[in-house]
Amino acid sequence: MSETILMKGNEAIAEAALIAGCRFYFAYPITPQNEVAAYMAARMPQVEGTFLQAESEVAAINMVFGASAAGGRAMTSSSSPGISLKQEGISYLSGAELPAVVVNIMRGGPGLGNIAGAQGDYFQATKGGGHGDYHVIVLAPASVQEMADLTIEAFDLADRYRIVTMILGDGFLGQMSEPLVLPRSSGKSFDKSGWCLSGAKGRPPHLIASLRLSPEHALEEVNLRLQAKYREIEGREMRFDTYRMEDAQVMLVGFGTCARICRAVVNHLRQEGMRVGLFRPITLWPFPGAQLAQAALGVKRILVVEMNAGQMVEDVKLSLLNGGGERVDFYGKMAGILPDIEEIKQRVRDYEK
Amino acid sequence: MKSEVQAMKLVYKRPEALVDIPDHYCPGCGHGIIHKLLAGVIDELEIRERTILVAPVGCSVLAYNYLAVDGCEAAHGRAPAVATGLKRARRQAVVIAYQGDGDLLAIGTGEAIHAANRGEKITVVFVNNAIYGMTGGQMAPTSLQGQKTKTSPYGRNPAEAGYPIRACELLDTLQAPVYIERCAVNNVRNILKTKKAIKKGLENQVQGKGYSFIEILSMCPTGWGMKPPQAAAWIDQAMIPVFPLGLFRDR
Amino acid sequence: MARGKPEIDRERCTGCELCLGACPEKILKMSESFNLAGVYYSVCFDEARCTACLSCAIICPECAIKIWRATAA
Repeated sequence: MSETILMKGNEAIAEAALIAGCRFYFAYPITPQNEVAAYMAARMPQVEGTFLQAESEVAAINMVFGASAAGGRAMTSSSSPGISLKQEGISYLSGAELPAVVVNIMRGGPGLGNIAGAQGDYFQATKGGGHGDYHVIVLAPASVQEMADLTIEAFDLADRYRIVTMILGDGFLGQMSEPLVLPRSSGKSFDKSGWCLSGAKGRPPHLIASLRLSPEHALEEVNLRLQAKYREIEGREMRFDTYRMEDAQVMLVGFGTCARICRAVVNHLRQEGMRVGLFRPITLWPFPGAQLAQAALGVKRILVVEMNAGQMVEDVKLSLLNGGGERVDFYGKMAGILPDIEEIKQRVRDYEK
Repeated sequence: MKSEVQAMKLVYKRPEALVDIPDHYCPGCGHGIIHKLLAGVIDELEIRERTILVAPVGCSVLAYNYLAVDGCEAAHGRAPAVATGLKRARRQAVVIAYQGDGDLLAIGTGEAIHAANRGEKITVVFVNNAIYGMTGGQMAPTSLQGQKTKTSPYGRNPAEAGYPIRACELLDTLQAPVYIERCAVNNVRNILKTKKAIKKGLENQVQGKGYSFIEILSMCPTGWGMKPPQAAAWIDQAMIPVFPLGLFRDR
Repeated sequence: MARGKPEIDRERCTGCELCLGACPEKILKMSESFNLAGVYYSVCFDEARCTACLSCAIICPECAIKIWRATAA
């Protein structure tokens, strides 16, 4: 288990899911994440799980709904346009409080867009692309190792809180191959016998539903319970990383692929004598706002780097409402164009002027 | 005149699996009859403790309140996909997808065809009442040519809105399904045949045989603007000529 | 002597009248008074002619009818 292998990001997610005990995978082909399905098609039968290529992304998320309702660990993966199709299902999963893992390997949008990696679905993932007041936990890996490690966590988070957990990657992470130490199973298990659909033997029938027509306050009660759940998650499940922030005067903020580029910027500029560091959110929901504000104390400028027109930067500004939001600057590249490391470095150098 | 006291025994009562509460359906609605038949068959086959009912979106969205089995909601049209996930995760469960016109033949056509095509070992009960009842009486994919509905106030015009879709005939082109039959619940003779069909569809699942599909022509007195006995007659006069009853396949 | 007897739950009856048409003996009619829901409910007005054919019970969408059958003397 401590052997290091070379693996593609998409495949790392799939293998980690199997290690985590996922035995139900449903998906529809879409670039740049097709390797997940191909890997699952080959490996699921080997572990006596179910691989099913669904007729659409809509069908796939609803198959996840069914398998999860039955008590199984179920996953689907797709890319931006397919994730749009899944929004109804994600809202239903959230209202019915079903655990599930949804993988989005983002590509350029909007619409059919292109097949390059992008980060344009941050709003969709964190603000809820589906209807109603709900959240999904959003995990943003920045390496093939994290694609695997965070997938193991995703299943535990989903089961612990009866919530959808999304792995938000992008086409670059999905397609790159890096050394990987296969993670172990966490060993955690969660008792679903109190709610899952296993047949009403020796107990009253269970119901999995998000429809709450009566009594009048029934839906409000569900919503209050969901909100309490989200507050609990916000208090306990924030994940983030800092790099060379100890004496930083400029703080870069980035997630996923952008964080990798920002690390290189930090290293290059530190060699030039500049005091630059990186704050990397790993949970995008819950967003580590308080921790970001803490890290930003004493920082003169904050540069948010994203592969979109400016999405996470809004959450950065929101976390600095108590002061310092005016320090926030944004550098973005849209449509799957990679941020240019020289442009970012020059932007930071220009702060000194 | 003295009345003679007779010894009598109860020969017809509510099935155990039919929850003893008033339902929300309109007077004369076919759903009540079909739920009763399902419950009776579940009792007879002794499968209540392993049945999972997937409800549609439509008038029968609360079907799981009326049958004493595990119940699962599905988004509109997605019941066959949800049923697929359930059955793949619990192979010993008897999974029933209960659907109406819009659920099966409009928004859910993709899921309907593909679950059938994969031969998922589920039983699909399709309640065809040629209208969208829950939302107030709009045209359905199975509404008849010339039928007046809220969204075809001048009568369904095929040039604009196409023709009624025949689900059994459509699914009969696929290789995998093992059982396809069309029935009705507008009179006692038809109801008894429907019960046999439901029993066959669920027995197939108990025996692990494959995908079963039962279409049931059903009354919607409110949607059709008729009293229930008239609605029952309309099924004979107008629906059956377009949707002929009978067995399509039984493998 | 009647072969059978329908026991109709007056409060469950929704007044749909399907049982009237189903009964081969035509011994069902709608009441002249309301139930608690304000509905005219089905009543058997000539139990002596009931044959326990089960038709009314079978067609009732509310499962509001039980049927009793005379046991052999």
